[in-house]
Amino acid sequence: MKYLLPAVVAFITLSDFAVAQPAQRMHYEIRLTNSVPTLIKHGRVFTLGDKGTLANADVLIIDGKIAAVGANLSASGANIIDAHGKPVTPGLMASWTQLGITEIELVSETNDTAANQAVDSAAFDVSDALNPSSTLIPIARIAGITRSLTAPVACAEVFCGTAAVVDLGNGPDILVKAKAGVFVDLEPAGGNNNKNSRPDIWSKFRETMDDAREYWAQRAGYHRPGGSRDQRSQRVDLDALGPVVRGDEPLLVHVERASTIRQAIEYAKANRLKLVVLGGREAHLVAVELAAAQVPVVIDTNLNLPDSFSEIGATLKNAALLDKAGVVVAFQPQNDDPAHYARTLSQIAGNAVANGMPWDRALAAITRNPAQVWGISASYGTLDPGKDADVVVWDGDPLDVTSAPTAVFIKGENMPLVSRQTLLRDRYRDLSKKNPSFGYR
Amino acid sequence: MDWNKRLPEGGVVAAVAAVAALALLVLLVPGKKADTVVEDQFPNDQFPSTYRPQHAGPVLIRDATVLTGTDKEIAHADVLLHDGKIAAVGQHLQVPPGARIVDGRGKFVTPGIIDIHSHLGVYPSPSNEATQDGNEATKPATPEVRAENSVWPQDPGFTRALAGGVTAMEILPGSANLIGGRSVVLKNVWATTTQGMKFPGAPYDLKMACGENPKRVYGEKGGPSTWMGDVAGYRAAFQKAAEYRDSWRKYWRDKKAGGKAGDPPARDIGLETLALALDKKIPVQMHCYRGDQMATMIDVAKEFGFRIAAFHHATEAYKVADLLKKNDVCAVMWADWWGFKMEAYDAIPEGIAMVDHAGACAMIHSDDAYGIQRLNQEVAKAMAAGRRMGYTIPRAHAVEWMTRNPAKALGILDKTGTLETGKMADVVVWSGDPFSVYAHAEKVFIDGVLLYDRGNSKVSPRSDFEIGQEDNGPTGGAGQ
Repeated sequence: MKYLLPAVVAFITLSDFAVAQPAQRMHYEIRLTNSVPTLIKHGRVFTLGDKGTLANADVLIIDGKIAAVGANLSASGANIIDAHGKPVTPGLMASWTQLGITEIELVSETNDTAANQAVDSAAFDVSDALNPSSTLIPIARIAGITRSLTAPVACAEVFCGTAAVVDLGNGPDILVKAKAGVFVDLEPAGGNNNKNSRPDIWSKFRETMDDAREYWAQRAGYHRPGGSRDQRSQRVDLDALGPVVRGDEPLLVHVERASTIRQAIEYAKANRLKLVVLGGREAHLVAVELAAAQVPVVIDTNLNLPDSFSEIGATLKNAALLDKAGVVVAFQPQNDDPAHYARTLSQIAGNAVANGMPWDRALAAITRNPAQVWGISASYGTLDPGKDADVVVWDGDPLDVTSAPTAVFIKGENMPLVSRQTLLRDRYRDLSKKNPSFGYR
Repeated sequence: MDWNKRLPEGGVVAAVAAVAALALLVLLVPGKKADTVVEDQFPNDQFPSTYRPQHAGPVLIRDATVLTGTDKEIAHADVLLHDGKIAAVGQHLQVPPGARIVDGRGKFVTPGIIDIHSHLGVYPSPSNEATQDGNEATKPATPEVRAENSVWPQDPGFTRALAGGVTAMEILPGSANLIGGRSVVLKNVWATTTQGMKFPGAPYDLKMACGENPKRVYGEKGGPSTWMGDVAGYRAAFQKAAEYRDSWRKYWRDKKAGGKAGDPPARDIGLETLALALDKKIPVQMHCYRGDQMATMIDVAKEFGFRIAAFHHATEAYKVADLLKKNDVCAVMWADWWGFKMEAYDAIPEGIAMVDHAGACAMIHSDDAYGIQRLNQEVAKAMAAGRRMGYTIPRAHAVEWMTRNPAKALGILDKTGTLETGKMADVVVWSGDPFSVYAHAEKVFIDGVLLYDRGNSKVSPRSDFEIGQEDNGPTGGAGQ
């Protein structure tokens, strides 16, 4: 739950934020009370929902929810934001990032993106590490990103951990959905480690999944003598796999090579698992099978090089080909560090368009599709009444690289367009200032 | 991990003494390269470029929006390429006989993009134990190594960069070492040898690195383990180089004076490179994130007399932009990379625009096989960030962050980097405004030769590595 303060303190308009000197603290105690409605006027509204795209429409936000979308709305006492005909979209959702669980990649105590132990770690749960004070969150948020599927990075073992859905609003509680799937890395890691052979990976993977099914079938007896204690996996890991083996939550598999993607589809079908493919650089070669099995794919569509022999077929057309075949596509920001580079999400979508994906489908791949893939479409993903008011007003085409948000709402809260980076910018924008920190002059 | 075999370069010094006069004569012949220590200078081009552009007929790009790289945007303009050079830019140019006409309506023309910081070829795709040739991480100072001796010309990354409009790039050794070795400037042309890609007449640079990387690599291998240890390491290396240079100078002086010169000093390939840096014949390209460390390095350069052409990955350049301007050092930046290590924590998207606004020399770079494919988009982001903070940045100016300024920092601005008459015809025709995510490089000319044509899969280079592999791209090769 967000803190709510009395309306008299919390009545802050967008224009106040736009002109105010940035405060030195990122996590404002002051909250917009949700009891004051917000009315975004004259937007080109991409609802991604039932109403499609509306050329000149208003969006009304009440109590953190979308109350109405349509022409000529009014609400007494509402904060009015004029979009001046500019695009209005749902807040964007980035898939397979480490937002909330890392601050600086190479400062190990700030980096909770992977288990340090060299054993399978289905129980490595990112929701145990969420840090709402991370500076990455405002940096991503002011680029229009309001949600993330946060998961571990690809790991040196087979089971890498448990994912969560987070929002990028002010803390303290940014967890939207815990245990949103277990992440398995089925690609060889390369180099000098013990994960170089596919049969080895698959035998470990199958054994652990078998263990989990068996464990859940007789969980009550686990602690009894003669129970299932001879299983390879630890109890915590088998616990974590419960929702996956029941088919309630997805198994997220990192796979790049077409043949491995096919194997994963077959395995999921035989064992009635929900499957989501992460990575998928050769997924376009398996597009028909993926569509038939209704397996969504999370990709950074810019990855068009054979980084390894598992990715020989990598192409910029991946997103367009998958979409055309009927596969649900969701985008990952720049793959080498999708947390710090979360703001590349719209650029990734724009490049998918440049390489053949229809524009509205690419926008869906960063809004409605991830909502569906990560099981939160009842509350997020479109601008339909009743959903959480994650809403972004843009100064131009949201998928183009020169555009930026002019207003970002998360669950109805009007977020200041301030980050640690905007504060550094403002501190150094005039080097002629007689500031003691500029001592070398 | 010492897979590099040192190429034999020595063994010629003794011969020099015997035929010194002859060698001097040879040197006086214009265009002749020498691979020997001669009377009064250190040798500097042991792996000469063998690149010769193919013959190209005249090409007239008509009625396009032209960003010249010289702060000018000209609407409805023509660009004439002739004999591999920019022959004319202007409106209503005459069609020379036999010219190939490119319809530029609705399209943009820019100089070819130059990436001043790439590891293509030395960290190629695919990435595995066999292909990691970018860091000679065996000791903290390795001025004796050269990136050109590690480049694998079959890296598919070159073809993808070409499809992104990149016509030239500097390939550097990695940043594990304080002094990483020589970098090399390549044209993005298809060749089976590295010499066949070498940019004719481009100076070498010396790669050096500040900060965290050398400490991380050597901290537990005998050091340096601190930034102060890094600085002591640069100074010790250049002190030795100064002594080495002086010993040769004395030898040359004594010989010239006709007295007893004695035996020539023992040749040291690494010190020779550093001596050339001290002579300012090899500028330094310095990996350096933090503003305070840039200030320190400017002082070290002054102490010994080498020239830092640019700080690379300069995420904090915006904090010392006036200092960079005053010392005429360029800053090479990303649009929005940050936070992967402590020294990159303070990067901001406005960095390029702020350095530029302060009057210093700012530019983009990729350091990445994916980023190099979209440097136009990276510049677009940097331009937009600058505009949002209130700066006026015309696209005619922003384009220089990926063309003119890297050419300047590499010492090749007299040859390429703008669309000025007489320069190499390194030219990109874009499908639209290059600062839109939707724009593609449609045609890429290098020395007037059409090397990539998005509309014609036959004009789309494909590396040997990709032959006989899955062919799933729209054009195969470059446009994959």
